Amino acid sequence: MSTETANDNKWIGKNTIRPDGADKVTGRAAYAADTTMPGMIWGKILRSPHPHARIRSIDTRKAEAYPGVKAVVTAKDIVNFPLDKSVMLGIQDMRWMCRNVMAREKALFAGHPVAAVAATTEKIAAEACKLIEVDYEVLPFVIDVEEAMKPDAPILHDFIQFDGKPSNIAGKLEHKLGDIEAGFAKADVVIERTFRTKPVHQGYIEPHACLVSVSDGKATIWSSSQGQFMVRAMCAYLTGTPQNDIRAIPAEIGGGFGGKTIVYLEPVALLLAKKSGRPVKMIMTRGEVFHASGPTSGSFSKVKIGATKDGKVVAAQGTYCLQAGALPGSPIRGAAGCSFAPYDIPNVLSVGYDVVSNRSKVAAYRAPGAPIGAYAVECVMDELAEALKIDPLQFRLKNAAKQGTKAAHGPVYPRIGFVETIESALKHPHYKTPVPKPKNGLLHGRGVASGFWFNAGGESSAQVNIAEDGTVVVITGHPDIGGSRASTANITAEILGIDYKKVSVLIGDTSVIGFSNLTGGSRVTYASAMVVTQSTEQVITQLRERAAKIWKIDPDAVVWENGEARPAGDNAGKFEPLTLAQIAAQASATGGPIGAGKQLNTVGAEGGFATHVCDVEVDPGLGIVRVLRYTSFQDVGRAIHPGYVEGQMQGGVAQGIGWALSEEYIYDKSGKLDNPSFLDYRMPVSSDLPMLDSVIIEVPNPKHPQGVRGVGEVPLVPPMAAVANAIYNALGRRLYSLPMSPPKVLAAMDQAAE
Amino acid sequence: MTDIQYLAPRTLDEAVKAFAAAAGAGRILAGGTDLLVQMRNGTVRPGVIVDIKKIAEVTSIEEIAGGGFRIGAAVSGAALREHPKLRKIWPGVVEAANLIGSTQIQGRATAGGNLCNGSPAGDSVPALVAAGAVVIIQGPKGRREVAVEKVPAGPGRLNLTAGEIVVGFTLPPRPKGSSDAYLRMIPRTEMDIAVVGCGVSLTLDNGTCTAARVGLGAVAPTVLLVEEAARALIGSKLDAAALEKAAVACSAACRPIDDKRGTIAYRTKVAGVLLKRTAAIAAERAGRK
Ligand SMILES: Cc1cc2nc3c(=O)[nH]c(=O)nc-3n(C[C@H](O)[C@H](O)[C@H](O)COP(=O)(O)OP(=O)(O)OC[C@H]3O[C@@H](n4cnc5c(N)ncnc54)[C@H](O)[C@@H]3O)c2cc1C
Repeated sequence: MSTETANDNKWIGKNTIRPDGADKVTGRAAYAADTTMPGMIWGKILRSPHPHARIRSIDTRKAEAYPGVKAVVTAKDIVNFPLDKSVMLGIQDMRWMCRNVMAREKALFAGHPVAAVAATTEKIAAEACKLIEVDYEVLPFVIDVEEAMKPDAPILHDFIQFDGKPSNIAGKLEHKLGDIEAGFAKADVVIERTFRTKPVHQGYIEPHACLVSVSDGKATIWSSSQGQFMVRAMCAYLTGTPQNDIRAIPAEIGGGFGGKTIVYLEPVALLLAKKSGRPVKMIMTRGEVFHASGPTSGSFSKVKIGATKDGKVVAAQGTYCLQAGALPGSPIRGAAGCSFAPYDIPNVLSVGYDVVSNRSKVAAYRAPGAPIGAYAVECVMDELAEALKIDPLQFRLKNAAKQGTKAAHGPVYPRIGFVETIESALKHPHYKTPVPKPKNGLLHGRGVASGFWFNAGGESSAQVNIAEDGTVVVITGHPDIGGSRASTANITAEILGIDYKKVSVLIGDTSVIGFSNLTGGSRVTYASAMVVTQSTEQVITQLRERAAKIWKIDPDAVVWENGEARPAGDNAGKFEPLTLAQIAAQASATGGPIGAGKQLNTVGAEGGFATHVCDVEVDPGLGIVRVLRYTSFQDVGRAIHPGYVEGQMQGGVAQGIGWALSEEYIYDKSGKLDNPSFLDYRMPVSSDLPMLDSVIIEVPNPKHPQGVRGVGEVPLVPPMAAVANAIYNALGRRLYSLPMSPPKVLAAMDQAAE
Repeated sequence: MTDIQYLAPRTLDEAVKAFAAAAGAGRILAGGTDLLVQMRNGTVRPGVIVDIKKIAEVTSIEEIAGGGFRIGAAVSGAALREHPKLRKIWPGVVEAANLIGSTQIQGRATAGGNLCNGSPAGDSVPALVAAGAVVIIQGPKGRREVAVEKVPAGPGRLNLTAGEIVVGFTLPPRPKGSSDAYLRMIPRTEMDIAVVGCGVSLTLDNGTCTAARVGLGAVAPTVLLVEEAARALIGSKLDAAALEKAAVACSAACRPIDDKRGTIAYRTKVAGVLLKRTAAIAAERAGRK
């Protein structure tokens, strides 16, 4: 890892010891499944074996009578949101959420919950599930996105119409800039290609889990999610419980990557707990996670880009069809909005289609949609560079978006750091090292790709309290999935001028801290830094007032420096500085406890850009591709905790390499997922990857007190194209679908040989 | 909930008796790296488990004069690797058994379990087939011996009769200039299942191949002995033409399926590619200059 800027901060930009590290490596961290309660019973879900079936009736009587069973729940128990009226919670429509947590009219995918049982043991609950009789009218199904768009495809939802006809196309989004036809008319070279990607899962190691207790109408939820406030609101909607009667306590989270921004188990467990009068625990198996939680979309895209002879892109058109799964909501905004966003292109038409099909409902996955769009665009950019005989990085540099560029998805960019990522890659030893010649029958290649993600602000709350001994406790309201506690400690310690070890950062539950939006959109460090900064500044104001009181001078005559209150100058009087601890010790006498909170809807999170360089080795006999060297260059604004930033960059690349080479949802002929385990759903293992190098570039965001931009999502945007372009460089043959698995690579080579 | 009875007899006779008495409800437990996984995911629900790891003959390695060995069915992969002489004389068998799983799995997983699990993709089986291993079987009717390739009957099915237990494998004596090798294709670098596995055992005399056996895994319902490929190698100097002929024979022997792990076309082609690479390694080990 390297960082390109130096600074004289004490804590910001330093790799302070992670507050969650020791607990995690010693196994003490309490994840959702680690919580138990006296009298606790177990919930299990009965899932549809059919990918598409009308539910004629459900008979739960035998299950209810089974010894040990305490409660049974079906869709009848979940609040119904009628189909004709949208009720939005963030990006989720409650019409779809109520049908996703429990099938209502129809089972829409194999694995769709149709009922749930709570019993004294997990085994009894599972046995009782089998006693539930569901009368299904099995319907024809469709899973693939292209198939689902065909005119004769089985229709999932009668209420969805497109062009006046029943359709699986649930939505369309269009970004336009300039005049696309006129743009292509000016181009000397135009390249148009078609790309396909498979659904891939976020692959968090911790399966969904929760424990819910309901007493006197008040529910307490312990669960693993990317937002305890989301859990509270969803459960309130789906169970008809007022929000003040639900306390959602966030567990330590074992990975989410977007997939834990919605609920599956919590409302069901709440209803089971309410019915049974007992605390109910539910844990998904890995198989359930794969079958029934949301992977990201599979896709079918067409991208056409035109450039002049001198290498200027003049027109770009993209059409991205994304598989939403059972219910609408695929991330077309990310695909259509981000794909051309790195470039200054005068004429753009970018269109996304949201397509439903009989697969589990899509959930967010790191930069939702953006990797799918970037994969297509960055591969075409590579072909254009080659056609124009320009170095692929120079081609990107020539067309790079800068301050003042108007992007098709709306904004005119403020100061952004895209150019810096390309320049940094160009001068990096990785890019300067020649690509190895074929050796021992192995072929080598290098590819590059860039990417963009919007980043986000949104609602955050923080409370900064000074303890009686002068140490500091900070509470924020979003689960820490990427190092936000460490970053918050660095910022608080920096502003207060104290040792970061004197600052403890906790994630508050819904009843102890104000509303805070999801951990997602690369927003948490950005937004929480803002509220924490303002809270800490208010605390400093209080500390100056207290010192002023002790010294009997005007608060304006007191400054806060290096963790101490000092007289502002000689005119203020001569006093020994007062430390935080000294002031805290006198807090009661000087006005009471010291602390402050801030709640904001933050704005000004500016886009993040990255450029990646990837070297591969291809075994032409077996079609195996191995990544040998990988370097990512990313503008992060400001790396508050570089170690965590590096982790985000590496993690995104690792996931991207998996998406590129080996991960895919495979369905059997009956429409059931055929690889619901980590054995056959092939995420890379550590020996599959080289050291993933990262270069942190800091072009501070002028709208943020520390200069932060989002970090966590951009790293997953460029890898698929970077790997694809490297494979082309090695083989002289392009692959247009993911994953680029050995059978596909070998087939492509055989075709080339013919 | 049904109870499971766990037995750990000290003699083969007791084990056979208990296993036969349990009839269909009984399961032999060696390393358990297949059995416990299958029990956990509910595909197998035994009533009686007969652990064979306390039986001396089943857990030991014995040398036979002339480079032969008798390997107990329940010897772990780690124990095979730590036997210096076995590793030297049968490097292909040992490397195949050592490819199973990870370090943790190696401490438990056995060649007997690998064979008796009946997967066509089991890694040690093609190497044992190439080695010409003979399986020692004991059942209620006594002992019998059979070539390893005759034991699998299909995915998850064996040519064993009720109450029969695999006791071990005999690896034949080894003439000078002999060695073996095993290669598998997996998409990842580890923790994966063979899409194709290939074992080659051969003997060289002055650069000419005088004996050879080829085993192929994951390309048919059972692991295959590919005699046609061996014939192509025998008598040759393992030149490109002979290897090509053997590779074609391997591809021709494949009767694979299209599944989540590989396509028919892919497996068929890769069987030939692996044959060439495996034979080259075996030849090198056998002392080819
Ligand atoms: C994480 C992991 C990774 C793995 N990786 C691989 C791999 O890379 N390659 C591979 O081939 N396999 C792999 N396996 C599968 C497994 O480890 C192997 O098949 C192993 O060789 C099984 O041996 P065992 O002693 O554990 O068998 P067990 O689980 O004890 O037995 C397997 C089956 O054979 C029966 N059995 C065992 N011994 C006898 C006997 N002597 N007589 C009659 N029946 C018997 C059992 O009843 C059972 O049905 C992996 C498993 C895991 C969990």
